[in-house]
Amino acid sequence: MPEIKNYTLNFGPQHPAAHGVLRLVLEMDGEVIERADPHIGLLHRGTEKLAESKPYNQSIGYMDRLDYVSMMCNEHGYVLAIEKLLGIEAPERAQYIRVMFDEITRILNHLMWIGAHGLDVGAMAMFLYAFREREDLMDAYEAVSGARLHATYYRPGGVYRDLPDSMPKYEVTRWREKSEVKRLNTVREGSLLDFLQDFTERFPKCVDEYETLLTDNRIWKQRTVDIGIVSPERAMQMGFTGPMLRGSGVEWDLRRKQPYEVYDQLDFKIPVGTNGDSYDRYLVRVEEMRQSNHIISQCIQWLKDNPGPVMLEDYKIAPPPRMNMKADMESLIHHFKLFTEGFCLPEGEVYTAIEHPKGEFGCLLISDGANKPYRLKIRAPGFAHLSGLNEMVKGHMLSDVVAVIGTQDIVFGEIDR
Amino acid sequence: MRELLTLAGDLQSRFQEHVRDYTLAHDQLTVTVAKTDFQQFALALRDEYQYETLMDIAGVDYLQYGVAEWQTEDASGEGFSRAVEPATAGHFTFSDAPAQATDMEERFAVIYQLLSIENNDRLTLKLFCENNDFPVVPSVTSIWSSADWYERECFDLFGIAFDGHPDLRRILTDYGFVGHPFRKDFPLSGHVEMKYDEEQKRVVYQPVSIEPRVLVPRVIRKDHRYQEDQAAEEQASDA
Repeated sequence: MPEIKNYTLNFGPQHPAAHGVLRLVLEMDGEVIERADPHIGLLHRGTEKLAESKPYNQSIGYMDRLDYVSMMCNEHGYVLAIEKLLGIEAPERAQYIRVMFDEITRILNHLMWIGAHGLDVGAMAMFLYAFREREDLMDAYEAVSGARLHATYYRPGGVYRDLPDSMPKYEVTRWREKSEVKRLNTVREGSLLDFLQDFTERFPKCVDEYETLLTDNRIWKQRTVDIGIVSPERAMQMGFTGPMLRGSGVEWDLRRKQPYEVYDQLDFKIPVGTNGDSYDRYLVRVEEMRQSNHIISQCIQWLKDNPGPVMLEDYKIAPPPRMNMKADMESLIHHFKLFTEGFCLPEGEVYTAIEHPKGEFGCLLISDGANKPYRLKIRAPGFAHLSGLNEMVKGHMLSDVVAVIGTQDIVFGEIDR
Repeated sequence: MRELLTLAGDLQSRFQEHVRDYTLAHDQLTVTVAKTDFQQFALALRDEYQYETLMDIAGVDYLQYGVAEWQTEDASGEGFSRAVEPATAGHFTFSDAPAQATDMEERFAVIYQLLSIENNDRLTLKLFCENNDFPVVPSVTSIWSSADWYERECFDLFGIAFDGHPDLRRILTDYGFVGHPFRKDFPLSGHVEMKYDEEQKRVVYQPVSIEPRVLVPRVIRKDHRYQEDQAAEEQASDA
């Protein structure tokens, strides 16, 4: 019998299952993985260095582009770091808006994940279902910020503007008939909050649909059960956070353990797994979608009952209302200074962490008292997860590598930064 | 959650030769540690103080710390004060880059973020590198597995070597990249750009064609409000 040697297989960077630009160098023994060496950095843009060259507010847009499927959560981490160093706190209404959009973002992220993960292991239909609901949530993004993806909506001291009273509506085009437009616009007649309320009522049934497609699906279970098992000790050692840690049975959620904004006033549960395999992480994320939906409905109720300011009225940090600028000299000066020079932060170092859909998103901000960060270090959850890939795929088959990449919820925008 | 001040005092009295200094600001405990026997100290933190997770390692280059890019000439009989271009990191061209600061005592630092899931608290460690030309710190990969990639990243971007790291390769920059891009004396635009050469029929590198520029200059303004806050905080911590 001829002797079979280990061989090296190159996977990616241009591969549909590589979730962007992951290059894996796999050392294989037949079809079994001996060692996986991820080569990353193909999407490295130097976000942290770019942030050092710009006033604080101009870098918020870069944060959207880190993890480009959970945009507002990235902004939240960055904005919180600035607020912590400044020693300010957003008005309560702004905090509720932020929490609501964080949870909308969490659903957006998990829908993208469930679609892509399904596609990776062969469940084509899942992607179409997930994108149906994503469309509605992106409309909410658009209504509030004008952009469907890169919102730049959170600002130090609050949010850019209050929730709109009307939703953008569909129009009749060559491709969309009048009856179709009427059907689509029925839920868009009221305010954004009405639209979202309708969504929160519909969404649990949609999650039921996803679960019908996957939870007891034989192929899905064959591809995910007992794949990529991580023990709780190893998960902590490797710096896993978010659903990757909770899937291993560690009840750790920053929204509950180190609450920021108004999370301590909201009711939600933290789902945890038992086996730490891909299937458990799937169940955790699906339950998180339901919990997020529950949080959103609580926020909608509060926001409907409590109008108020959404931005701090400290004109050294937030620009004054545009109308004041026309008549008030001081407002004009404030506006000019804020948009030419920006605001200066006191000297110091802070690390803030938020519960991002993928795990702990941390911002280490070092200021030397200037109008730009001296150093900004972004702790992306996916970076730690991908570094654990080697350990997770060792001994599995080649096709399981794809399933593990899927379960890790890899997005290269945040890993490469 | 443990009382951070008690923890700091405990650490300082127990590890006198390791703990150089500590600060407690913004509900965050930062301990500046010495390089000697850093691994032992880290191991004790993991096993005896339950810091089972290393969240992050960040390199910092303090070369331009506290240097503003906005300088003005004084008002004179001929006119008002005018802005002039100072020689800071953002402005230089490649021929007149500022000389390496040799008089700086400790230019590079490595900042570790530790998390104790059991006790629900965080600890920040700060370790300064002694040698500015060839900064080396001990690796903690044997203590926290997550340090592997974080140390590689820090080496790649800042050129800080980690003694004892099993596989210290570049991670984020391109294959064959020269230099450490997050150092403050590395220009934002980089040194080389890439283009497709029509004659050679391949991608080639060439020196960058864009001029270094600063859109918004770096200004340091001491705001009395924060200074009052800081003074009050210091007083409180002294008391």
